[in-house]
Amino acid sequence: MDKLTSLLLVGVGGQGTILAARILSQVALLQGLDVKMSEVHGMAQRGGSVVTHVKFGPHVYSPLVERGEADYVVAFEKLEALRWAEYLKPDGTLVVNEQAIYPMPVITGSAVYPQDILARLGQQQIRLVTCDAANLASVCGNRKAANVVLMGILAKQTDIPLATWQTAIEQKVPSRFLDLNQQAFLAGYALPACV
Amino acid sequence: MNNLMSGNEAIARGAYEAGVTVAAGYPGTPSTEILENIIQYPGIKAQWSPNEKVALEVGLGAAIAGARALVTMKHVGVNVAADPLFTAAYTGIRGGLVLISADDPGMHSSQNEQDNRYYGKFAKIPVLEPSDSQEAKDFVALGMNISEEFDTPVMLRITTRIAHSQTLVQVSEPIQPVKFDYQKDAQKYVMMPAYARARHLVLEERLKDLADYADTSPCNKIVWGDKSVGVITSGLAYQYVREALPHVSVLKLGIVNPLPAKLIHEFAAQVGTLYIVEELEPFIEEQVQVYGIACQGKYLFSRIGELSAQAIKAAIEPEPTADTLKALCVSPDVPARPPVLCPGCPHRGVFYTLNQLKLVVSGDIGCYTLGSLPPLHAMDTCVCMGYSIGGALGMEKADASMARRMVAVIGDSTFFHSGLTGLLDVVYNHGTITTLILDNRITAMTGQQENPATGKDLMGNPAPAVDLEALVRAIGVQRVQVVNPFDLADLKTVIQTELAALEPSVIIVRHPCVFVDPASPKPPVVVNEACTGCKSCMKLGCPSLIYSDGKVEVDPTLCNGCNLCIKVCRFGAINSTGKEAGN
Repeated sequence: MDKLTSLLLVGVGGQGTILAARILSQVALLQGLDVKMSEVHGMAQRGGSVVTHVKFGPHVYSPLVERGEADYVVAFEKLEALRWAEYLKPDGTLVVNEQAIYPMPVITGSAVYPQDILARLGQQQIRLVTCDAANLASVCGNRKAANVVLMGILAKQTDIPLATWQTAIEQKVPSRFLDLNQQAFLAGYALPACV
Repeated sequence: MNNLMSGNEAIARGAYEAGVTVAAGYPGTPSTEILENIIQYPGIKAQWSPNEKVALEVGLGAAIAGARALVTMKHVGVNVAADPLFTAAYTGIRGGLVLISADDPGMHSSQNEQDNRYYGKFAKIPVLEPSDSQEAKDFVALGMNISEEFDTPVMLRITTRIAHSQTLVQVSEPIQPVKFDYQKDAQKYVMMPAYARARHLVLEERLKDLADYADTSPCNKIVWGDKSVGVITSGLAYQYVREALPHVSVLKLGIVNPLPAKLIHEFAAQVGTLYIVEELEPFIEEQVQVYGIACQGKYLFSRIGELSAQAIKAAIEPEPTADTLKALCVSPDVPARPPVLCPGCPHRGVFYTLNQLKLVVSGDIGCYTLGSLPPLHAMDTCVCMGYSIGGALGMEKADASMARRMVAVIGDSTFFHSGLTGLLDVVYNHGTITTLILDNRITAMTGQQENPATGKDLMGNPAPAVDLEALVRAIGVQRVQVVNPFDLADLKTVIQTELAALEPSVIIVRHPCVFVDPASPKPPVVVNEACTGCKSCMKLGCPSLIYSDGKVEVDPTLCNGCNLCIKVCRFGAINSTGKEAGN
C-alpha cells in the first residue's frame, strides 16, 4: 500500500468516534504505515458536531483531511453525513448510520431536519453504504457498540485483511467488552459491501 | 518503540524524559491533557493552580530553587501570566523553565485567536514551535537545555492541531531528575529598579547570544528541493506546506524567536520566489521584510482562522478545481449543530430563570457560556475569565438602575481563578450587584478537573476544600444565599429578593455537574396525553425533549431524569417514571 488513505469519522459528541478512530489507527500501525489522527476536544464535545481525521500511508504530513480528499467518510449520524459528504473524493465511500439525532435548532423549531438525506446522498457520485448500526449493535448485546459495527462495515469496503482489524480491536478494546465488540464488528462486516 | 501520541501526551512524556520534577497549570483547551497525562510519570509533582499567573509563579519559584519546571496554559492564560513572565525574563532561572502556550487558531474552544509568538518578542524570551508530536516531546528537553544554557524561561508554543493530533513518537529513557542547589542572589532575583536595570543589560546581551544560537540550532533546518520556490514556515504550517508543495525548498523553523537571521539570508539568497507561510499573524514575515528580503506572505493567506494545505496550494500553485468537487456540495441547508448544555445539567434551570426574569446577565467563561445560545438566550456579555463581576460593577457605575435588573454569573473554578478580586471591588467600591456563583463542584468545560473547592488535587490526593460561603463573607459580602438550581421556585424568589437588596449579594447555586456523579442518573421522564404542544418545556433547551407533530416527546436514551421539565409544564403532562419526585 503506497498511497495515502484519508478518512473522516463524523458524528455527535458522545457517540464513540474516538474508540473507532483508535481501532482504525491501530489497523494502520499493524500494517507498518505512518498514521496521523486529529480530533478537537473542548466546547464542541457538548452535544456538538464532532469530527476525527485519520490519515495513513508510507508518510503522512498534514494530519487533516480537507474538502474533496477523503477516501472514506463514516457518519455516525445521518445529518452529519450530509454535513461532511463534500469532504469525499469523487467515487469515495460514505458509510452512514441511519440514526437521526436532532440538533438544538431543529428541537426548537428554528431549522428543519432534512427528511430526504439518504435520497440526496444517493444521487451523488459516491459509493453509499447505509445501515442501522444501533440495532445491529443491540442484537449483539449493547447499542453502544454501534461505533464498532460501523468499523465492520468500513472494513468490508477496504482491502485490509479481516484478521488485521480483529487484532486491532483486541488491542484497543478493554477485555471485558471484547466479545461484544468482536461480535458487533462481524455484524457490520457481514453486510453487503456496497450498493 | 513508536507510540501514537497526541502533542499533549508527548509534551507530558517529554517533561518526564527531561527530568522535570515540578509542573503547574490551569485547565484550558487545548492545553489541559498535558498535566492530566503527566501524573502517570513518577517523580513529578504536578498541580492545578487557581489561575495561570499563580501557575507560572510556582514554576518560576521551582526553577529558581533549582528544579526543572513545566507550566501549561492556553493562549489567553498567558495574558493572565504575563506579569511574572516579563520579569522572569529579567531574573532568569536556575533549573530549566518551559512555559507551554497552547494557541487556538480557528477558536475551536476560545474567545479569541491571539498569536502568542508575539509574547516571545515582547517578553524577550526564546519561542520553540513543534510541527508534530515527536517534536513536541523533543522540544521540551531542548527547551530545558536552552533555558539553562542561556538562563531564561522558554516558551513552547503549540496550536490546537498539534495538541490534539496523534502522530508517531519514538520515546526515550528519562534522564535523572534535575535539581541544582538553591543559591541566594538578590541582584538576580530581587527586581527592584537598581537591580532590574542591570538585569535588563544582561537580557539584551542574552538575546544576541540566542540569535547566534538560532542560526546554528539543529531545530531550524532546510529541506532542499526545487530552488525556484522557497518557503519559510514553522509549526503545523510546515506539514501543510510539505503536503501541498512536496517539491519546493523549505526552511523549517523550530525556533521562531529570535529568528535565525543569517540562516534566513542564506536561504533567501539561494531560492527564486520566497514565500512565508504561517498561521494567524505575519510574525516571521514582518521581521524578514525588515531584513530587506523580498518575500510574499500574508497578502496571499488569511490571518483569520486555520491555514490549510489547499489554501497554500491555491495561493502558490493554483490549479483549476475539478467540477466533480462542486457536484458533491450536497449540503446547502444542513442545520447547524451547536454545542448544548448536557441533559441534567444544573446550569439549565439557572439560565431558564434568568431568561424568564428578562435580566441583563454579565457572563463568564465555562460550560455555562452556552446559556447564551437559544432558546435560553440568557447572557449579555462574555469576555474573559472573571470578567462577569467587574463588568457588572462597571455597568452599575454607568447606570445605577441596572443593578436592580442585572446579575453577574460565574462558575466555581472561574471565581477562584479571577472572580474573587472582582467581588472584592464590588464590596470596596459600594457596588450593590447580585453575583451568582454556579458551583457545580468541578471545572467542567475542560473535562472535569479538580479545583480548590472539590476536596481533591490533580494527583488524586485529598485536599482542603475552600468554604465558598465563608470566603465570600470574609470579603465583606453579608448577603450570602445557597440555592439548589433544580428548585426553580426557590431560585426565582431568591434572585428577586437579592436583586432588590441595596447591597452586594452572592447567590451560590450549588449542584454537582452530571459528570461528577454519573452513577446516579434517575429514570427518564415520560410525556402523557395532557401535552398541549405549548412548547413551554422547550424553553429549557434540553436535547432530550423533542417537538414533533404538535406534541413533545422524550428521548429516553438522553434524558437523565433531572425532572426540570416536570416543574415547567403547566398541564401536568410530564411524569417521572421513578420513585423520586424532583431532585
